[in-house]
Amino acid sequence: MIHDFGIVWSERALLLSGLANTAILSALSAVAALLLGFLLAPALMSKKSVVSWTARGFVDGMRCVPFLLFAYIVYYGFPTFGVRLDNWTTGLAALTIYNAAYMAEILRGAWVAQPREPIEAGIAFGFSGIRLFRRIILPPLLLSAGPVIGNQMIQIIKDSAFLTIIALPELTHAASSIQSRHYVPFAAFITAVFLYWGLCLVIEAGVSTIGRVADARR
Amino acid sequence: MAASSKVLDVAGVSKRFGDLQVLSDVSLTVDKGETVCVLGPSGSGKSTLLRCINWLEQPDAGQIFLNGSRVGINDAGTVMSDRDLSDIRTRIGMVFQHFALWPHLTVLQNLMEAPVQVQRRPKAEVRDEALALLAKVGLSDKRDAFPAKLSGGQKQRVGIARALAMRPDLLLFDEPTSALDPELVGEVLVVMRDLAREGMTMVIVTHEMGFAREAATRVLFMDHGRAVETGTPERFFANPETERAQQFLQRYAGDTAAMRR
Repeated sequence: MIHDFGIVWSERALLLSGLANTAILSALSAVAALLLGFLLAPALMSKKSVVSWTARGFVDGMRCVPFLLFAYIVYYGFPTFGVRLDNWTTGLAALTIYNAAYMAEILRGAWVAQPREPIEAGIAFGFSGIRLFRRIILPPLLLSAGPVIGNQMIQIIKDSAFLTIIALPELTHAASSIQSRHYVPFAAFITAVFLYWGLCLVIEAGVSTIGRVADARR
Repeated sequence: MAASSKVLDVAGVSKRFGDLQVLSDVSLTVDKGETVCVLGPSGSGKSTLLRCINWLEQPDAGQIFLNGSRVGINDAGTVMSDRDLSDIRTRIGMVFQHFALWPHLTVLQNLMEAPVQVQRRPKAEVRDEALALLAKVGLSDKRDAFPAKLSGGQKQRVGIARALAMRPDLLLFDEPTSALDPELVGEVLVVMRDLAREGMTMVIVTHEMGFAREAATRVLFMDHGRAVETGTPERFFANPETERAQQFLQRYAGDTAAMRR
């Protein structure tokens, strides 16, 4: 057993590059999904039924499709529509589009739960447009949605493991390569699990910081 | 406009929500230094009138002037841009029934937010003024607290200080004490009475008859979306002209008597 972990250690460069890919992929996709979520959330709440129905259809659709299937669809589907991307970009796109739906729903929920009066006070005090959003609406929204957004980021990290099926060299892919090369499945996968766990701990540290900031204001 | 002491001029404002006519042809002028208390039963349109003044609600008809310039509609006769509207709104302070403080900012930051971010005044100057205002409303020790940690009365005093921090020409109060526990009403009314004495121009929607009688320079009585009666508090409370005002005051006197029993 110790010997198996020794083999995994000897392949640490591969594992670390997998970890780096997973971290970068998840971080980029989390930020992009959050930004897309901010565009989608108002669409979900739009008074124009064409807009709200379209957004609702997309969000509900994404939430009902298993990510593994969606990754396949993007991987094989994009080229049929003439969009050719490398595996890495395809994976990023799939992860982002899929999670944008969740982010939009999270933000919509937090948005609806915000009290109306402080926003109205912002308008009455001369805030409007972007400045109103950035200074008055956004901060309390992020504070209240922070923990759920953090949860979704953990989900993104875990979903990224599926991208091994499109040969994206992320952490699971690296662990899988090591096990097939040396036949040390347990050691390879358990090491990957701990590395995933480490990533999630980083997210949770961030979430608890947001939680502390929010608690001081509650 | 000629040199006039008229700060606010509301001329024939009407507003309808769906089938409900909330305001019908309401007019009101407020001179510099006046404290006008708007009284009337719930649903009489008082708050909507207030919200039309700074265009939080867009009136269907009528005109509103602040220091002689039209609010909400520009010279071309179309609805103002957000930027122009913002300029006017910074000259009208507003105090809300449920305080509406910004929960993510400290007390001091609440006071400084609009003057720094919207009015673009120098931070140091705004900060000095904000600290002086907090001292004035008796909350210097709370400057670094978040609104959630304050009592209702403290929140509303911050709300008033926040409005004053913009150096407004006019202050609007939308039932400032209605959400407060009875024992906290007094501390807010004291601040408002001081402002009235100092000559701040104010329009106050309130159910505090005692305050209106004592601090108002003029009373406007509204019912069913109409401005029914206006006059000095002495005259209004002693000899209301209209039957509706008489009924309203009798009901209030009855309630007060019932409460004392």
